[in-house]
Amino acid sequence: MSRAALLVLADGRFPAGGHAHSGGAEAAVKAGRITGAASLEDFCRGRLHTTGTVSAALAAAAALGLDPVALDEAADARTPSAALRVAARRLGRQLLRAARVAWPAPELDALARQFPKGAHQPVVLGVAARAAGLDAEDAAYCSAYESVSGPATAVVRLLSLDPFDATAVLARLAPQLDEVARAAAESARRAVGEGVDALPAASAPLLEVGAEGHAGWAVRLFAS
Amino acid sequence: MDEEADRTGIDHSRTDTVTHHPPSPRPPQSPAGVQARARIAARPDARGRTALPVLHGEGPLALRRTRTTGPEAHVMLVGAMSGPLGGDHLTVEAEVAEGARLSVGSAAATIALPGQDGAPARYDVSLTVADGAELHWLPEQLISARGSELRVTTRADIGAGGRLVLREEQVLGRTGEAPGLLHSRLTVRRAGRTLLDQELSCGPGAPTGWDGPAVLAGHRAVGQLIVVRPEFEHEGPKPAMLGDSAALTPLAGPAALVTALAPDALRLRHILDDALNRLT
Repeated sequence: MSRAALLVLADGRFPAGGHAHSGGAEAAVKAGRITGAASLEDFCRGRLHTTGTVSAALAAAAALGLDPVALDEAADARTPSAALRVAARRLGRQLLRAARVAWPAPELDALARQFPKGAHQPVVLGVAARAAGLDAEDAAYCSAYESVSGPATAVVRLLSLDPFDATAVLARLAPQLDEVARAAAESARRAVGEGVDALPAASAPLLEVGAEGHAGWAVRLFAS
Repeated sequence: MDEEADRTGIDHSRTDTVTHHPPSPRPPQSPAGVQARARIAARPDARGRTALPVLHGEGPLALRRTRTTGPEAHVMLVGAMSGPLGGDHLTVEAEVAEGARLSVGSAAATIALPGQDGAPARYDVSLTVADGAELHWLPEQLISARGSELRVTTRADIGAGGRLVLREEQVLGRTGEAPGLLHSRLTVRRAGRTLLDQELSCGPGAPTGWDGPAVLAGHRAVGQLIVVRPEFEHEGPKPAMLGDSAALTPLAGPAALVTALAPDALRLRHILDDALNRLT
């Protein structure tokens, strides 16, 4: 296993289409709920401890080799917003295309056959991490980090926020990212014995409501 | 257990009206708090109406059947004492058999209050709806009072042809009051597959960010309305915004969910009532 594979997978320049999504930040900016670095940080904390935690646990469980079909169903049940399910599958399909070239593996080929329209992105991320020789906690780190780095990068563009300030937000969140990744890997290990109900299901009501509103906008900078 | 039910005035065959009793004194409280379980079983009778062979409450959970003319049975959950308090563990179970129709409401909001030793309270609701059965589960709000800690789970298991309307409303603190710590989990399974699994934690001690711009952003009332109907398999409701802070979305299955946030309980109820009219 190469630990450096984690840097490749987590790199914002990894060609998986993530840059086109704001993780709900565009809707929150429009609603006046994100206005600068402090509210961005609060937004990121909320996202990390809700959908970020769920995504990290799904990714970790997929990295452990749990059945991707069961995990994808668990992701559906934890993603009530139809707009967010569409976004998650689109991101999953793009990630799978890149990952199959980067780390060719039969498990990734099987995933493409099982989900022609795309599986939920965290499930694909976990299987990709596995193909890259990474472990459950690595996959959880990658997913948890994406849950906050996406909105932080988006807000730099949406509000012309100083990129130094956005990066400082991410740096301040690092200890919580450690906690979330560890807890996600732990719940994924429990899910091996107890099934997918052992995975967290934390939700963020405003992200769900905002995503439905955002999907209906005629003009927007980000896809979600 | 049946003696307990009789003392609360329930007569399955004759009591068809809501009766009001003064609040019972709290039973002696063990260090673990009050353990109480209420059970309802509904099944169709020979006249095409719904019979309630089991209607059993205890402690703070009392049940009354109310008068109806149609095929549906109506049950009211009447809080016979305050609570849940810290350390209490309340369980409500309802089972609706094929061909039966049951509607359950509550007489007043449930208020989670602190206990004496700081222990958390638990409130578990388990709903089973058979193929060809229908359940409307429309209780009043759950209010998380300052200093309380409550863990609520609601689990509904529905047969492939079963129908469900379920509303949950959580209010963070009484008027002008800071909330307690509230964890809730709502799981809806249909034909063995999980349609919805959602947790929400809020209040002091919840993971940080719970009141921030991604989660509640200062809203003090949050609610959900879920409608499961086999007809939605062919054509379900389309996604829609219901004002600025509520949305209707189809789930991955024959069901729709409304998620709503509001400054207070009253405005939340307006949104969910409108949504209920739209969906049923």
